[in-house]
Amino acid sequence: MTQAPPAERQAWMARLAKASGAALARLMPDLPPHDLLRAPETGTVMVRGRIGAVGAAFNLGEMTVTRCAVRLDDGAIGHAWVQGRDKAHARRAAVIDALMQTGAAPRIRAEVLSVLEAEAEARRASRAAKAAATKVEFFTMMRGEDA
Amino acid sequence: MYVAVKGGERAIDNAHAWLAEERRGARDVPELTIPQIRQQMALAVNRVMAEGSLYDPDLAALAIKQARGDLIEAVFLIRAYRTTLPRFAASNPVDTAQMALDRRISATFKDLPGGQILGPTFDYTHRLLDFTLMAEGAPEAPLPGQPPVAADGDTPPHLPHVSEHLNHDGLIEPAPQGETLPPDLTRSPMELPADRALRLQAITRGDEGFILSMAYSTQRGYGRTHAFVGELRLGRVAVEVDIPELGFAVEIGEIELTECETVNQFKGSRSEAPQFTRGYGLVFGQSERKAIAMSLVDRALRWKELGEDNIGAPAQDEEFVLMHADNVQATGFLEHIKLPHYVDFQAEMELVRRLRAEAAAAEAQQHQQQPQEAAE
Amino acid sequence: MNAQALSGGFAEAPLQSARAFRAVMEAMARPGTLHEVTGAAPPAPLSVAAGVVLLTLCDDTTPLHLAGACDTPALRDWVAFHIGAPLVPAPEAQFALGRWADLMPVNRFAIGQPDYPDRSATLIVEMPDLRAGGARLTGPGIRTEARLTLPGVAAHQANHARFPLGFDLILTGDSRLAALPRSTRVEAE
Repeated sequence: MTQAPPAERQAWMARLAKASGAALARLMPDLPPHDLLRAPETGTVMVRGRIGAVGAAFNLGEMTVTRCAVRLDDGAIGHAWVQGRDKAHARRAAVIDALMQTGAAPRIRAEVLSVLEAEAEARRASRAAKAAATKVEFFTMMRGEDA
Repeated sequence: MYVAVKGGERAIDNAHAWLAEERRGARDVPELTIPQIRQQMALAVNRVMAEGSLYDPDLAALAIKQARGDLIEAVFLIRAYRTTLPRFAASNPVDTAQMALDRRISATFKDLPGGQILGPTFDYTHRLLDFTLMAEGAPEAPLPGQPPVAADGDTPPHLPHVSEHLNHDGLIEPAPQGETLPPDLTRSPMELPADRALRLQAITRGDEGFILSMAYSTQRGYGRTHAFVGELRLGRVAVEVDIPELGFAVEIGEIELTECETVNQFKGSRSEAPQFTRGYGLVFGQSERKAIAMSLVDRALRWKELGEDNIGAPAQDEEFVLMHADNVQATGFLEHIKLPHYVDFQAEMELVRRLRAEAAAAEAQQHQQQPQEAAE
Repeated sequence: MNAQALSGGFAEAPLQSARAFRAVMEAMARPGTLHEVTGAAPPAPLSVAAGVVLLTLCDDTTPLHLAGACDTPALRDWVAFHIGAPLVPAPEAQFALGRWADLMPVNRFAIGQPDYPDRSATLIVEMPDLRAGGARLTGPGIRTEARLTLPGVAAHQANHARFPLGFDLILTGDSRLAALPRSTRVEAE
């Protein structure tokens, strides 16, 4: 079992959380044997904002989240906290998190994570391009005091 | 006094069955699906998420379907469901400067760095009914072309807020800092006076119509705050949570938010120098009207900390605003008066009958006396 | 966090926590009665019953104080993973866990305010020899009297005297639990 640096693990856990449960199921239909340390469980996270975008925190409202923890036969432990109420999504994400700490990591990265990343980037770029097409420059026709 | 009543079970069951049938409507019309509501009634879904104070588009769409489009009933359903869920954690505060922007406009700076991005807005539509959307049975009307994309179309990943530019010049008040845990309305009842964090939580889940009217009243002079929209942004931000079992933070998903920051003219007061002041609004989903209204009401409620006069305007009255903003509380209390109150009303009737009898007796007595007085 | 901390929670949280909640509620409603609970396997030295109570009543909004022998790294990790309750000093705690001697002095714990008597602490007291026998309990929820092995009768009498303020007790030993709410009168046997 290899200990990945937190930054790398943060990145793949975020990628798995932001992907849809359906996308994970498509890319990884079969899961290796595993024990549930924490059966998938749905609850909420209180989302906080900042007063004036940069100031002190306030409570904005909750969002649904499902979490799960698993152990593979070789002892690798995987965790997942994913937005929404999809228990299969959380379980799959936890198993993939565990696999990423084993020798299977390169294969999982190629077959699952990089595909998810490319899909997410395509979605982001498509929206950003639509947004950019609505960018305006307002021209000052005449200022009040010039009249 | 409330008096319990019994009975009517069969009538209630029958009423529920009929309600389910009415909700479904005629069987020859296809049933609405949750994805249809979530995608094509997205702004209603957003409103239910904001006022239900729970971000979950599927659940909000389900609530709208079940409530037959009654959004306050849908908010009620969401609030009720939310109480059944365990709370796992609180997120780190979302960083709206990192928002993936769909829209970002300023009414105060025309040349803002990063540009004005209109996004999918109603602002410049002509508010004419589009009858092509009504062409039933016909194949779906083609879109007027796919929305164009800019060739070099990208938005920078990090756009600082407009107010930060004013902040560099010291022309605008700094945002309040502090690392104390914010109070939480969902866990402890509102206590007044409320601090700004608690007020913002109450307003962001408050009824859009109520907050809108309060904001409008300040514009009409009841607690005027001279607000301009410094910046309005709409887009998606990541939500990051410290995971206790890992010892580091992980992004658990992405939510859509609308943020509004107003820049308010401020001539100074006994305690504060002349400068621009700020109002702030942040709301789940694309909820632009609500975000703007929220920032106006936030600013109006800040009169005390800015040393302004209380002119007795409703929007300056913290108790009035915060205690009446919640539509679930309001509708619960309002609608309960239609439920059985027979015994109470019986008592009221007895009282009115007695008063009338006494009044009639008094009048009769007076009549008897008057002829005597006239005769004397 | 080691693997041991990740096990020992409820396997079927909705069912198990509902049953456990029912047991705690019955125990509170009928002070002095003993109730069997199952489903938790917390790290030593915690009893099964204390683990069940934590899993059922605590979450990240209920500050928890671990007293004395209960304040171990293994238990801290277990609480972090399964419960998420912030660990705090005694005066800030909504729940406190430990043997009676470790919880002393009990006047450190919140007893609520006149407006909000509910803003008080619940003490989970580990008592390996918990059984029906000993101090005499009377009051709401008790038909005639109940008997319970209780440490520190004077402290409970002082606590009862402050009603409606005061803390409440959940007593745990192995897989048994009982409760002593502030409304119960306590006399030495």
